[in-house]
Amino acid sequence: MEIKKGIGVSPGVVIGTAIVLDAEDLVVPRRQVDSKQRGEEVARVEKAMSAGSADLATLRDETKQKHGAEVGRIFDFHIGILRDPTIVKQILREIELNRSSAEYAISVVMRRFAQQFQEMSDPYFRDRVKDIHDIERRLLRQLIGQKREDLSHLTRDVVVLAHDMLPSQTAALDKLHVKGFATDVGGRTSHTAIVARAMGIPAVVGLGDITAEVSGGDLVIIDGNRGVVIINPDAEQLEEHRELERKQERFEADLKQLAELPGRTVDGHEVSLWANIEFPYEIDDAVERGATGVGLYRTEFLYLSKGSDEEVSEDEHFDAYSEAIRRSRGKPLVIRTLDLGADKQTQAKQGNPERNPFLGDRSIRMCLHDIPMFKRQLRALLRASITGDVRIMFPMISTLMELRQARMVLNDVMEELEDDGIEFRRDIPIGIMIEVPAAALMASEFAKEVNFFSIGTNDLVQYTLAVDRTNERVAGLFCPAHPAHLRLVRDVIRAGNRADIAVSVCGEMAGDPLYTLLLLGLGLNTFSMNGPDIPEVKKIIRSTTMENARHVARKVMSFDSERQVMHFLREETRKFIPEAF
Amino acid sequence: MLMPTTSKDIVVSNKLGLHARPAMQFVDVANQFKSDIKVLKFGEEPGEADGKSVMQMIILAATEGTPMRIEADGEDADQAVAKLAELFQSKFGEED
Repeated sequence: MEIKKGIGVSPGVVIGTAIVLDAEDLVVPRRQVDSKQRGEEVARVEKAMSAGSADLATLRDETKQKHGAEVGRIFDFHIGILRDPTIVKQILREIELNRSSAEYAISVVMRRFAQQFQEMSDPYFRDRVKDIHDIERRLLRQLIGQKREDLSHLTRDVVVLAHDMLPSQTAALDKLHVKGFATDVGGRTSHTAIVARAMGIPAVVGLGDITAEVSGGDLVIIDGNRGVVIINPDAEQLEEHRELERKQERFEADLKQLAELPGRTVDGHEVSLWANIEFPYEIDDAVERGATGVGLYRTEFLYLSKGSDEEVSEDEHFDAYSEAIRRSRGKPLVIRTLDLGADKQTQAKQGNPERNPFLGDRSIRMCLHDIPMFKRQLRALLRASITGDVRIMFPMISTLMELRQARMVLNDVMEELEDDGIEFRRDIPIGIMIEVPAAALMASEFAKEVNFFSIGTNDLVQYTLAVDRTNERVAGLFCPAHPAHLRLVRDVIRAGNRADIAVSVCGEMAGDPLYTLLLLGLGLNTFSMNGPDIPEVKKIIRSTTMENARHVARKVMSFDSERQVMHFLREETRKFIPEAF
Repeated sequence: MLMPTTSKDIVVSNKLGLHARPAMQFVDVANQFKSDIKVLKFGEEPGEADGKSVMQMIILAATEGTPMRIEADGEDADQAVAKLAELFQSKFGEED
């Protein structure tokens, strides 16, 4: 048994069989497997060998057809190597004696042969070392490829261990059977963390070298609450975590029943519970958990999966939005235009990184500085708008001028589309994110010019309190319950309600049950959060009356410190969901 | 039961020697027989290979002119040796 400490980025406890994703470059780390697991490694070798020769047979036949029998024969030789009983025997002996993983055993044996060829005096024979390398790579690719393929068609529940999860890898995951993540690198805002939270499965990141210590098939406990991963746990650890797992499952099963029920208070006041998503496929899961719309579809992923010089094409935008619309099935879908700039990737791509990126050229500012790029996104958005209930949301608006400029660009794009005879929805609802104090304070002015507000509490807290929550030394000061922040939230909701436009909160505050009563009492009509948070928030809404919520809000707004606020909210919330606190 | 052992000495006569394709051919033929097949290489860098392992055969790196011996051990040893020796004599179908 070994316990590794990392950063818990998505809560929950899971016990599962590990799948380890290897890096593409086929560097095979030396790993020892459990003696019980040797049989499995042997089976993997045999599977890789037979799959490898099947592939080669196809390749040979194709080559023979295209380039003649003589050229095709080279693959006969490769097939012959894969079927060579003495090679299999050596690989199996390597597993047996040294408890090597399948990959490592193959690598060791094939390199031993390569060495022998290298030392031959005859150049023709020496040259065969290339064939040996080729065969080795084919087998390793088989093994690693096997796992990749398995990831999209799993037959049993697994936990996935990787150096870092790539967006392309998470996109290919079999969501039904992947029950947890653990990665070598990453932080709270890493891709792995976001995906894990969206999937509602535990994840621990920043574990250092976990992929070197765990091999496929090991039993692993991922404890996302405490940020701990236990490799091959002992009986006691296992029992303790099984109990935690069961408790959590019972609680989740209760919440699941809620999905079908409306988000309505005891006295009949109805609110919308929407989902925040990053990938279109997340919509299915969110709807299953009770989402009646998507309040925030982040479009940054399209950009982050690109290289530094590559552009995201209009069609790539269009395809992603069309898929999201299709999966939304007529439910509202709020698409936020590009919100990049302050992130690490963008800064790294720039020749001259900004000194203060969070106060720099980010988000809508960046879009207005790169009109062609902005237009491509808007054009795709408008084209897609005729197939569903799409709404456009501009992020990081801080002045009315910015909003008007963005609108002008949008109008330009509409005209262009009209000229091109392409259909779009002219009255597409337009909203802004309120995440800069300046915009919050000017909310009643903004309310005259937009169809909806969405309060981005994460940034609003950061900019109001001047705290970077990713900076460990000041992260403790980051608190949505700060009265200054709460007053801004209250005023924005009030301004929106007075102007009769929809107001939602799409920051993490919306999905935190601690703030549900307060936001409800302040008159919020849409809560947009990660799918897995919906049932718990709904449970509170369905348990309270508006009168009680308003009372809680009034009381909260009378406090002068975040400590009082949180203490009081905890007390009030516990009345409805004692399990959560 | 004592199995008959048959052997035959031959010389590699094709130009490229016992390279990938001839080695494959040899192994394919060897695999048609039940007997164990052993191939010995004489000369400066002597060696020994399992006649049913293409890797071992090619690692012998037997070039043109290398003296070798084919040994078969089993019920069909005679036929095996005859057939395998024939391959060498036909220069594995290689044209000069």
